[in-house]
Amino acid sequence: MAPVLDSKIPEGPLQEKWGNYKNGIKLVNPANKRKHTVLVVGTGLAGGSAASTLAELGYKVKSFCIQDSPRRAHSIAAQGGINAAKNYPNDGDTVWRLFYDTVKGGDYRSREANVHRLAEISNSIIDQCVAQGVPFAREYGGLLDNRSFGGAQVSRTFYARGQTGQQLLLGAYQSMSRQIGLGNIEMFSRQEMLDLVIVDGKARGIITRNLVTGEIERHAGDAVLLCTGGYGNVYYLSTNAKNSNVTAAWRCHKKGAAFANPCFTQIHPTCIPVSGDYQSKLTLMSESLRNDGRVWVPKKQGDTRKPKDIPEDERDYYLERRYPSFGNLVPRDVASRNAKISCDEGKGVGETKLAVFLDFAEAISRLGREAIEARYGNLFEMYERITGENPYETPMRIYPAVHYTMGGIWVDYELQSTVPGLFVLGEANFSDHGANRLGASALMQGLADGYFVIPYTLGNYLASNDLEKVSTDNESFATAETESMARIKKLLSIQGTKTVTEYHRELGRIMWDYVGMSRTAEGLQTAIKEIAALKEDFWKNVLVPGENSTFNKNLEFAGRVADFLELGELMARDALEREESCGGHFREEYQSPEGEAQRNDDLFTYVAAWAHTENGHQLVKEPLEYENVKLTTRSYK
Amino acid sequence: MADSMNIKLKVWRQAGPKAQGRFETYTVPEANPHMSFLELLDVLNEQLIKDHKEPVEFDHDCREGICGSCGVVVDGVAHGPQRRTACCQLHMRHYKDGDTIVVEPWRAEAFPIIKDLVVDRTAFDRIIAAGGYVSINAGAAQDANSLPIPKTAADLAMDFASCIGCGACVAACPNASASLFTAAKISHLAMLPQGAPERKLRVTAMVDQMAEEGFGDCSNHAECEAVCPKGISISAIAMMRREYVKAVMS
Ligand SMILES: Cc1cc2nc3c(=O)[nH]c(=O)nc-3n(C[C@H](O)[C@H](O)[C@H](O)COP(=O)(O)OP(=O)(O)OC[C@H]3O[C@@H](n4cnc5c(N)ncnc54)[C@H](O)[C@@H]3O)c2cc1C
Ligand code: FES
Repeated sequence: MAPVLDSKIPEGPLQEKWGNYKNGIKLVNPANKRKHTVLVVGTGLAGGSAASTLAELGYKVKSFCIQDSPRRAHSIAAQGGINAAKNYPNDGDTVWRLFYDTVKGGDYRSREANVHRLAEISNSIIDQCVAQGVPFAREYGGLLDNRSFGGAQVSRTFYARGQTGQQLLLGAYQSMSRQIGLGNIEMFSRQEMLDLVIVDGKARGIITRNLVTGEIERHAGDAVLLCTGGYGNVYYLSTNAKNSNVTAAWRCHKKGAAFANPCFTQIHPTCIPVSGDYQSKLTLMSESLRNDGRVWVPKKQGDTRKPKDIPEDERDYYLERRYPSFGNLVPRDVASRNAKISCDEGKGVGETKLAVFLDFAEAISRLGREAIEARYGNLFEMYERITGENPYETPMRIYPAVHYTMGGIWVDYELQSTVPGLFVLGEANFSDHGANRLGASALMQGLADGYFVIPYTLGNYLASNDLEKVSTDNESFATAETESMARIKKLLSIQGTKTVTEYHRELGRIMWDYVGMSRTAEGLQTAIKEIAALKEDFWKNVLVPGENSTFNKNLEFAGRVADFLELGELMARDALEREESCGGHFREEYQSPEGEAQRNDDLFTYVAAWAHTENGHQLVKEPLEYENVKLTTRSYK
Repeated sequence: MADSMNIKLKVWRQAGPKAQGRFETYTVPEANPHMSFLELLDVLNEQLIKDHKEPVEFDHDCREGICGSCGVVVDGVAHGPQRRTACCQLHMRHYKDGDTIVVEPWRAEAFPIIKDLVVDRTAFDRIIAAGGYVSINAGAAQDANSLPIPKTAADLAMDFASCIGCGACVAACPNASASLFTAAKISHLAMLPQGAPERKLRVTAMVDQMAEEGFGDCSNHAECEAVCPKGISISAIAMMRREYVKAVMS
């Protein structure tokens, strides 16, 4: 049966909803908190902040992650910064503006109430992180520095060099470590959650695999917090870390949690292009480069001349040509799509022809090499380390890459999924970014969820429900464990001819070609067919080496690829169903004569939540109501 | 396509923590100068799997030098020949056709081998849990700008805070000391007013934990600084010593 979606948006005017909510909730008596065990899966910004905060409040926390240490979660790689409405620069920022920019940036496909809460909380996050010792960039006067980021006209982004994610995560990790030392958090690293255990209709436990010994473990608790990140690796190549996956979320989905807007993915325009078949991941180059770099391709197809040998009048600065007022600074989705168009026209550059130039020659001659070095020195160095080319002398080659997934497990205002007791935080939920995420807002959301939302909403759940103790001897645990074990045995027993990576790469190709930057009904139907065939072949012909009882990365990946194959199919279906273009979702059939995205607010102002039922996937819609902002069309001409 | 290279790999294989280890030699005939060192291992592993042999296990995640997961000794040097570069960012263009590369795990008593090139670095987590934090509960913080911090101090704190916890410093140290790792965290927090109230407790607890984990002492070889992918300066160790003396003398 498909679930009914109740968003539980609190009463009252937008600005008062969060306050009203907090006033109305039930609280857990301090002496009772230690009687509750909370299972927190994931130790990125969302999971790390949630685990430490709940432990500080007195709950017993068990925390899980795949890596050998909680400090290595994928959040560590975030570069650019984190937004907050502090208005320290006095340039006109307000909570309302941050809210508005985020809703507009999301192309009007997110919930007003959630986004407003996020903007309200943003300032407390910065306070918290500074108090932990996060070394944010400062000005000479000793106060915090801000920079501007895409999609905003104010400077509201706090940053720690190009390592903001690292510093924020280490802050959360250190708070966690303190609680681990105090015995309030029990840490389980190198553990992968394989299934959710539901007892009497409520999430009461998880099944994990010890990634060192292969042992299957049962963990019981009063609630499960899923903080397992995004699913960008369904494309095989992405800017995500290699261990990022959908497995935990997908297994929860199959146990009853609806999955919302799976087709909303963000493709970042400035990444280092693919260099060959062996490519294992893609590296992001900060979007700030577009402030001074000019994007171009040769006008002639298949032009193999060196960039410096191509005269000015034989170059197409296509963004400047098509978008005279925003030029190279159009938003991520527009820049990405246009790069693809140029390459599809046969004008791509480099060995693989899947790249465009990002040229600093003009900026260097105007500002001098030193100025460019001061602004981008570390990025130029990173580029050179990876490509072996010197961007001061020859243009960079860049190409879009999958970067972030806006879709995820459906949650209500309390961050609770359609399975009672299963809460979902951070990139793993669908909550705040609509069809497109603005830069520097994922870090904000992960920490908002963990430090400042979940302590209230989880408490309300625990105080309002009579949760009898469950033992891991309960039948539901046994069944879930048997299923997980059977799957592992099956994967190891096939002993076919194709490796897990080969399947993953093939899935990635299908996803990128048909469910990538630009989509058509025909292409999506092809994708659905090809993925189904690939999935069938996988379960007949995959070759997983080794055994279960030791450290076995290929076995881990095999389970994850199996889930990606199912998710990929659903993403294509969701994209097919959404007959409009919005944010990161561009359907070629729905564009203006000038090639710009055309939303269809009359028919598609809803969240597409997919329920996993006995009869396959079923679409449930949560209508989005805009009471405070007016829906407009984005234009960058 | 760029010219492919024939690379020989001599890799440490060890089935489990207690198993006897040994070097095995493999050939990757189609290495490409553009691939990263870990991608070379990927290619080797695909070959091994197809031959129904067990692939070489190694830790990795971000593959962009920030998570600290990767870490192997390449031709005797932690993270390989390129300075300030984690081995996931080392590229094959630094090698030539016919080269032999020797690959080993971090070797230290406090980092037991799990399998092949994978080691257990949880000792680092326990050092942090002993005191590498500021005790501040969520919600209790004052306004972020209420405590100005001189830019020079903040920048220096950031230099120390950029440690990725990979363990190369331990692997390179003749005494297998974790001094650079421990000192980097102590120095990061010692540079900031937020770290001040707990500074004495922190330094003693972390230094004691480091010894308890079985890491050796520092005898100023500075090998750690040379291999650190983030270029963390051994001035951190001097600062840790000063902090320690201050803490025990008062
Ligand atoms: C290169 C890059 C740069 C970015 N830069 C920015 C930026 O500047 N600003 C910004 O706001 N955002 C940025 N983002 C986005 C942002 O980093 C992420 O959205 C965010 O960090 C996700 O945090 P999270 O806590 O939800 O998940 P993650 O950090 O991905 O953590 C997931 C956790 O779940 C665990 N896990 C996963 N599956 C399982 C399982 N089955 N069992 C047990 N544990 C599991 C993992 O071990 C990990 O601990 C960037 C992203 C990338 C890729
Ligand atoms: S894999 Fe993350 S630092 Fe090398």
